[in-house]
Amino acid sequence: MKKIIAAAVVAAASFGLVTGASAGTLDNVKAKGQLVCGANPGTAGFGVPDEKGNWTGLDVEYCRAIAAAIFNDPTKVKFVPLSSKDRFTALASGEVDVLVRNSTWTMSRETTLGVIWAGINFYDGQGFMVNKKLGVKSASELDGASICVQQGTTTELNLADYFRSTGKKYQVVTFGTSEEALKAYDTGRCDAYTTDRSGLAADRLSMAKPDDNVILPEVISKEPLGPLVRQGDDQWLNLVKWVHFALLIAEEDGITQANVDEKVKSDDPEIKRILGTDGKFGESLGLSNAWVVQIVKAVGNYGEMFERNVGPKTPLQLARASNALWNKGGLQYAPPIR
Amino acid sequence: MSTQAIPRHESPKVVFYNDPKIRSLFFQFILLAAVIALFWFAYDNTLANLKKRNIAQGFGFWNVEAGFDISQTLISYSAASTYGRAFLVGLLNTLLVSGLSIFFATVIGVIIGVLRLSKNWVVSRLAGFYIELFRNIPLLLVLYFWYGAVLSSLPEPRDSIAIPGDIWLNSRGLLVPRPVILDQFWLVGWSIVLALGVAVAITRYARRRQAETGRRLPAGWLSTLVMIGLPLIVYFAAGQPLGLDLPVKGRFNINGGLNLAPELVAMVVGLSTYTAAFIAEAVRAGVVAVSKGQTEAAHSLGLTDGQTLRLVIMPQALRVIVPPLNSEFLSLTKNSSLGVSIGYPDLVNVFTGTVLNQTGQAVEMVSVTMLVYLSFSLLTSAFMNWFNTRVALVER
Ligand SMILES: N[C@@H](CCC(=O)N[C@@H](CS)C(=O)NCC(=O)O)C(=O)O
Repeated sequence: MKKIIAAAVVAAASFGLVTGASAGTLDNVKAKGQLVCGANPGTAGFGVPDEKGNWTGLDVEYCRAIAAAIFNDPTKVKFVPLSSKDRFTALASGEVDVLVRNSTWTMSRETTLGVIWAGINFYDGQGFMVNKKLGVKSASELDGASICVQQGTTTELNLADYFRSTGKKYQVVTFGTSEEALKAYDTGRCDAYTTDRSGLAADRLSMAKPDDNVILPEVISKEPLGPLVRQGDDQWLNLVKWVHFALLIAEEDGITQANVDEKVKSDDPEIKRILGTDGKFGESLGLSNAWVVQIVKAVGNYGEMFERNVGPKTPLQLARASNALWNKGGLQYAPPIR
Repeated sequence: MSTQAIPRHESPKVVFYNDPKIRSLFFQFILLAAVIALFWFAYDNTLANLKKRNIAQGFGFWNVEAGFDISQTLISYSAASTYGRAFLVGLLNTLLVSGLSIFFATVIGVIIGVLRLSKNWVVSRLAGFYIELFRNIPLLLVLYFWYGAVLSSLPEPRDSIAIPGDIWLNSRGLLVPRPVILDQFWLVGWSIVLALGVAVAITRYARRRQAETGRRLPAGWLSTLVMIGLPLIVYFAAGQPLGLDLPVKGRFNINGGLNLAPELVAMVVGLSTYTAAFIAEAVRAGVVAVSKGQTEAAHSLGLTDGQTLRLVIMPQALRVIVPPLNSEFLSLTKNSSLGVSIGYPDLVNVFTGTVLNQTGQAVEMVSVTMLVYLSFSLLTSAFMNWFNTRVALVER
């Protein structure tokens, strides 16, 4: 009987966990003195820790930007590595304050998981990687192939859709982590490995012989990746959303890590609003009015972050393409700060 | 002298709340009510919280289209099937891998356990090394090892090894012709049932005859003959109602046929080699528990070594072996949930993994999965308990 009671108490306690705070995330973060950020356990260019535990990547720098906006200190972030499977539960249960981890914005995720996206920091699409020696040039040649994939992703579903709509056959082998899926592909279990094309570029580099593998030209899905938060806290959603927009607007207005101190002296009315020398835009978010100055000083603008982490001069060599600003032929567009 | 009935000793009247029986009932009732209330509170609280957070709930998902594929399906399944069907596929895959592994683990375990007791020093040390090795390595590593070993030792599909009889071996698995059941096959099915019945009858008769007359019949041989012979005769008489779907070579892979995927092979080899180490220990303990005097007595009766083991030692050892075996079988079944790490589509991979992630309904999926494993455990325990009473000491 004692056991039953103990079990009941444990069960009650674990269900009780679900009652964690939902509103007032900003106050919580300020009280904790740090931002807890759900990050990718290991995708180069987006989120990856080195041997010393220093995190780098575009998604990682988004968390630093949010910390800079709140604390004027980009180091006040605790990164929690989350697998594809666990990430949404971790966010919904309050384990992390924000999730920035190659996560695709979809309707069902927003309507059933209790989470909401704050924006799109990388426009992506799903692709395939194959070994060069197969001589495959296009995804349309993959009829009958076996394909390794990671569980808990949109990838799994897009793959089934793609082969259903093209009427081709394939065999899927599903793994818990991308590391396991990639290893099985590398050992010859699968003809192809599939995930977001940005993920392919990163995963290819982590292989023993990256040059033996090619990424096929086809893009079989839309993968809008971006930061997301729990539903029910609009103040916090606004904050994360506007940090993202501020990064885009800074690039649009030529505000960089190097020149931000100069720009603060500018007389341009828009720049004055953005950098907080005019108006109370920061305060309205619960921050200091110099929030954008703090962000740009810490991580630069969106363009700088892109170039530093995934751009053509990095090992990933990704082009700006859809991720260029709207006035440079891309899709990145931010509403005005006014 | 008149006999006078001694008045029966009446128990003194107590107030009902001091009656130990009523008291104990009362407290048990309170405890039960408290436990139920606690569970109800947890359930209600969970639902309310999920609702507040806009997280989907309920069991409406069973009939929703799954939209993903599964590599190994024992029943027909496609991305257009429902989550309910996906659940069944995962369940059957778990049963398949557990069933096969339990069989092989027992066989290997018994052999290693007996070898461990061998008088040959080298053999007994080798068996001891095996046991220590597998008992001290985490199962996940064992699985990674076998999966890696299976995969890297096999050729790519282009260089498939052809084995006579339309069998191919490559890194996608072992492809064998798939039997296709035709119309008249039910005749063969029934003949197998009939043969089984006859075999049981023969064994019973042989036992009775030996008890009555002391003469023995080669019952084992006779039943084997019936069990193989009868279905075979019916099979040919019914016009061989079994077709074959042969594997054929395609661009990437061999298509058609029946594929024993490397994931299945690695799972079965991994689970059975690992669990065998524990079973071997149980077997050794059981045999050692039978006193040496039994062997000596059996020998002095003129029984051979084999007969001694089979007729004297084993029946007594089984009493010690069976209970721990039960828990080994249970752990093996639960351990099969590591399948996702090497891509084997068991219940946890398919249902608690992919389905949970597509629907986001963690509470429902985890509860259902727990219920399934609980039922497996109860069923296994029930069977092993039954088996245990059969081998237990029969007191005459
Ligand atoms: N964008 C897709 C896939 C994201 C994803 O999980 N990508 C993989 C492959 S790059 C990953 O990040 N894996 C890292 C890991 O779990 O170890 C989604 O949101 O479902």
